[in-house]
Amino acid sequence: MPSFPRAADASTRNTQLRANLRHATHTIRAKRATAVAELDDWSRLRAAGAAIKDRTLRHLDHYLERLESAVTAAGGHVHWAADAEEANRIVTELVQATGEREVVKVKSMATQEIGLNSALATAGITAYETDLAELIVQLGDDLPSHILVPAIHRNRGEIRDIFAERMAQWGRPAPEGLTDAPADLAEAARLHLREKFLNAKVGISGANFMVAETGTLVVVESEGNGRMCLTLPETLISVVGIEKVVPTFQDLEVFLQLLPRSSTAERMNPYTSTWTGTTDEDGPRAFHLVLLDNGRTDTLADTVGRQALRCIRCSACLNVCPVYERAGGHAYGSAYPGPIGAILTPQLRGTGSEVDASLPYASSLCGACYEVCPVAIDIPEVLVHLRERVVEGGPASVRGTRTVIKPAKGHAAERAAMRAARWTLDHPRVLRTGQRLASRTRRFHPRRLPGPGRAWSDTRELPRVPEESFRDWWQRTRGESRTEGRKTT
Amino acid sequence: MRVALFITCVNDTLYPRTGQAVVTLLERLGVEVGFPDAQSCCGQPQFNTGYRHQTEPLVRRYATAFRDYDYVVTPSGSCAAMVRDNYPRIGAKAAAEGRGQELADAAAEAVPKTYELTEFLTDVLEVTDVGAYYPHTVTYHPTCHGLRMLGLGDRPRSLLAAVRGLTLVELPGAEECCGFGGTFAVKNAAVSAAMGADKARNITATGAEAVCTVDNSCQMHIGGTLARQGSTVRPVHIAEILASTEGNVW
Repeated sequence: MPSFPRAADASTRNTQLRANLRHATHTIRAKRATAVAELDDWSRLRAAGAAIKDRTLRHLDHYLERLESAVTAAGGHVHWAADAEEANRIVTELVQATGEREVVKVKSMATQEIGLNSALATAGITAYETDLAELIVQLGDDLPSHILVPAIHRNRGEIRDIFAERMAQWGRPAPEGLTDAPADLAEAARLHLREKFLNAKVGISGANFMVAETGTLVVVESEGNGRMCLTLPETLISVVGIEKVVPTFQDLEVFLQLLPRSSTAERMNPYTSTWTGTTDEDGPRAFHLVLLDNGRTDTLADTVGRQALRCIRCSACLNVCPVYERAGGHAYGSAYPGPIGAILTPQLRGTGSEVDASLPYASSLCGACYEVCPVAIDIPEVLVHLRERVVEGGPASVRGTRTVIKPAKGHAAERAAMRAARWTLDHPRVLRTGQRLASRTRRFHPRRLPGPGRAWSDTRELPRVPEESFRDWWQRTRGESRTEGRKTT
Repeated sequence: MRVALFITCVNDTLYPRTGQAVVTLLERLGVEVGFPDAQSCCGQPQFNTGYRHQTEPLVRRYATAFRDYDYVVTPSGSCAAMVRDNYPRIGAKAAAEGRGQELADAAAEAVPKTYELTEFLTDVLEVTDVGAYYPHTVTYHPTCHGLRMLGLGDRPRSLLAAVRGLTLVELPGAEECCGFGGTFAVKNAAVSAAMGADKARNITATGAEAVCTVDNSCQMHIGGTLARQGSTVRPVHIAEILASTEGNVW
């Protein structure tokens, strides 16, 4: 994966992509603001959401063990997966044990994170995505570019073309003469997917929440396709990150208000499905819960970065982010794009690769993401914290062991420049000499800069260096005697 | 009351007129100001790029330079936010790293007396009409750190609304970042330029003669983009508008 700046350099030039993203994010953004403004206790709900998550994270081991007991008592099976490889192996073996070669899936960020579909494909098992947007992405050999709206980067015309060209290879073909009217596109997807739902013996899901006291899993969705996946198959396998647990059923009260308003700008999402183990004569006969760590325990060990684990995947931060709006989701090179991806991914995967080391810098620190976050994750704070890890290294938890990590590669020149700048700034006399030199040579300053500065002067005029700095003006007009300030009453 | 100016490294080096406007304005309002020569940069470029340890001497310098004053006034929302939001963090982290309370104490001293200019005018001096005259059509871009970290709210707008001769026009998408973001403008040049271009287009569409900000750094990015687009809209710091009078149009 290329670094974020390189990927974004290409995607910002894609005018169709820019237009699609702009239209979609601005629409959701405006609707969300209206939906949130309807509640006069929003700030208290937000604080409650953050507090519940923080308390749960502080005692995560306790609540996870409680969850395991409750799920087992309700007839389910719990599996623990330390990383993506282990989770994929567990799920593959569970599917193979059923003898099936096809599964239907509810949209799931966790399975996207671990690359489950390709792991299943390697084992000869085909996974069918049933969320409309995920279906568009899968048929188009594409990757999701948004948490809530994975096909946000596609417009209606593009979706029509994908359906017409690709549906036949995956099952029921698109109707003849398919138009790009939303109702026609939805109907084509409905007919295509119905075949899958009725034939599937195995369903795979994620979950938005897991309730420790009852062992209940919760999925909130808009289309009802998820509920089909959760109820029709004989075997249900849910892959869920360990941070999704909440202590009690009553805690859902807070999150079922925060999540839909923040994500889809709805007062209540159309479908809220809950399942607890197995029930005779109703729903799946076998239920497996795969609890996924994959870097979450390491993230929990970081006192600043752990707040990223509060995330309820609403994607409000993506929809307000000016960087996401221009760069698009693919540039982030991870299942989690946008501001939350920029802090979550480098924590889950570490900052060793080029793309992961560049993600904490994929923000202008404007703070719009923090402002909209329904669980008050201070994303700018974590971004800066992770930048420090990239350039200076430092203590971190890697696979459960405390260690001191080295700085990422490629920052030596920047580090030297920062040190030199700091030294100059900490010696105002040197700073003054530099300013005077810049003023004296102002006629000879180039209009275009070399090196890293070129990135600036390619698209912006440089400010002209003035004849005299403020410091010198003050000294000239106020004099030495007044330099330390006039004492006043 | 003893008031010191914190004229930030960007103001000092590239926009001295902004600092001169602050002096003119505050002296006109009867405030006598000092400029401690030991002051320097707030450390934001280093801190926001991940070089926290490089900012520590600058935190110390700030606290020492302004020790003898009751208030520190700066014409930069961003630098005021650096002091108020991040100095305590830097102090706390140094303490957590076992290097004592010294930086935390320096932060505790600096934070409560640091004010962004428009805050100082409205909250401390309690004025909104500063007697300014500026016969131009102006649009206002609320810079991100002033807006979200300091929570300046309507303060700059209410000051502009009281300026005689000034026509304030709304900026579409005003609260969207201009794309500067310090080293972001260089590290993520393509996205920064795209954000700047959209901001400049919105500004030009207002038909205003000038775009007003509370930060020279955002002004540098917006102004540079406008100039490259051939726009005639002038970027101007709010201090320069507020310093302007009928006898002396800035």
